[in-house]
Amino acid sequence: MTFSADTRFHRQLFLFNGLLPAVLILIDGWRGKLGANPVEFVTRATGVLTLVFLILTLLVTPLRKMYGWNWLLKQRRLLGLYAFFYGCAHLLTYLAYDRDWQLGTVIGDVYKRPFIAIGMFSFLLMVPLAVTSTNAMIKKLGGPRWAQLHRLTYYITIGGVLHYWIIVKSDVTYPLFFAVVLAVLLGWRVVATIKKARGAAPRAS
Amino acid sequence: MKDPSHIPSSEVTPEETFLNRRFFMKSAIWAGSTLATAGLYRTFSPRPEVENTGTAIATVAEPSVQTALGADEKVNSFTDIAGYNNYYEFSTDKSEVAAKAKDFVTDPWSVQVGGLVQKPRSFDLADLLKFESVERTYRFRCVEGWSMVIPWVGFPLSKLLAMVEPLSAATHVAFETYYDVKQMPDSRYAGIDLPYVEGLRLDEAMHPLTLLATGLYGKTLPNQNGAPVRLVVPWKYGFKSIKSVVKITLMDREPPTTWSLANPGEYGFYSNVNPTVDHPRWSQAHERRIGEMGSRPTLMFNGYAEQVSHLYQGMDLSADF
Repeated sequence: MTFSADTRFHRQLFLFNGLLPAVLILIDGWRGKLGANPVEFVTRATGVLTLVFLILTLLVTPLRKMYGWNWLLKQRRLLGLYAFFYGCAHLLTYLAYDRDWQLGTVIGDVYKRPFIAIGMFSFLLMVPLAVTSTNAMIKKLGGPRWAQLHRLTYYITIGGVLHYWIIVKSDVTYPLFFAVVLAVLLGWRVVATIKKARGAAPRAS
Repeated sequence: MKDPSHIPSSEVTPEETFLNRRFFMKSAIWAGSTLATAGLYRTFSPRPEVENTGTAIATVAEPSVQTALGADEKVNSFTDIAGYNNYYEFSTDKSEVAAKAKDFVTDPWSVQVGGLVQKPRSFDLADLLKFESVERTYRFRCVEGWSMVIPWVGFPLSKLLAMVEPLSAATHVAFETYYDVKQMPDSRYAGIDLPYVEGLRLDEAMHPLTLLATGLYGKTLPNQNGAPVRLVVPWKYGFKSIKSVVKITLMDREPPTTWSLANPGEYGFYSNVNPTVDHPRWSQAHERRIGEMGSRPTLMFNGYAEQVSHLYQGMDLSADF
């Protein structure tokens, strides 16, 4: 069996590496090695991991089209679910430690702080995508409709990068990194769509 | 590809070798990806503990100064204090500063004190250590919403100002941090204009709680905490307590300050700790004490209201934030 056909191996590899950061955070937390402000670190780490996995899901299509790595498509759902998993962890950290489980105060916080509103909105958009990630749901919705719904990922990722950018006090290096990568990935899609449209349409004289 | 039936048996990889090679490749991919993922995590995870390598400073007792903490408040560990720093000249990552500031040269050092004073002069390190040192354990509240309790060593700023004899026209004091991009290469990513500048009103500067700190935990300051000498104004947000001071200038007007230059809508000149005036992007009503998991209510003037509130009588603190 060739590497690109070994789906089980890919699955195990992606499953393990996706979970590894969470396991390391738990181990460090257990040993009290999360630094002076563990809450801040866990909040930032889970937030960044959410963005990383969102970016990875958006990387699949360009890599397939450019290098023919079609085997990646079978792992995209897992990458997306990891984005949702870390997004949930990020939200739970916020609710538990920033809000002290005073859920009533969340509404006021969303209203008062635009970056919270953007983050919350992006998270809520992830929920229907996670719910419709099963094979049964893909069948139920039908391919094109499912694909259309899952294009929400673009807006979720834009929201995530914006959410990160606004909270930073002055050094925007990391959010800028995510913004540039995202811009490249979305730009590639725009170019690909234009090329396809030109190729398909009869040439105007 | 050749028709398999035409490949001579001598060219066929023996099954055992084939399986070994697959096993080897898979193992390599497992090991490589695990190392890469864990390594990437480690790059961004907090640094290990820091050691207190300073030299001891003798202090005298001062029973007259009241800075008692609440019964439930504990002094933070040296590792917390010296391993979690906002010092943008070295890094904007608080757990990176200690490592990045390791080789910062703080000796020789001089602090130029001038402006509207009778006797301008400079103080070198030995001059600063000649002041009678006291230990002051203060709450330290960062504008970001976290706080610590820190056992500073230093002397009241008023003692130094008395030596240069401020003129009657002087109303404010401006401070400046050392800046050298060669020693602070990451300062290019700080996103704020440097050198870092801060300021106080003269009466704030002369207040007995306002300290020039030369040490903490009984020893000279670690570089990451603002060695060799820094300001400590316990009732204001941490960024007012400017680090590694090289210049103190008496003025007749409010001096510019770094964070209010960077973002005037979010950071004012006074920046007193005030739970009733929120930062535009987050609440200031509560704080996370480093070393504790829950949050505790932020105290007016960081718990020093009794000593300092008279300085701000008649002022609208939500306008002069």
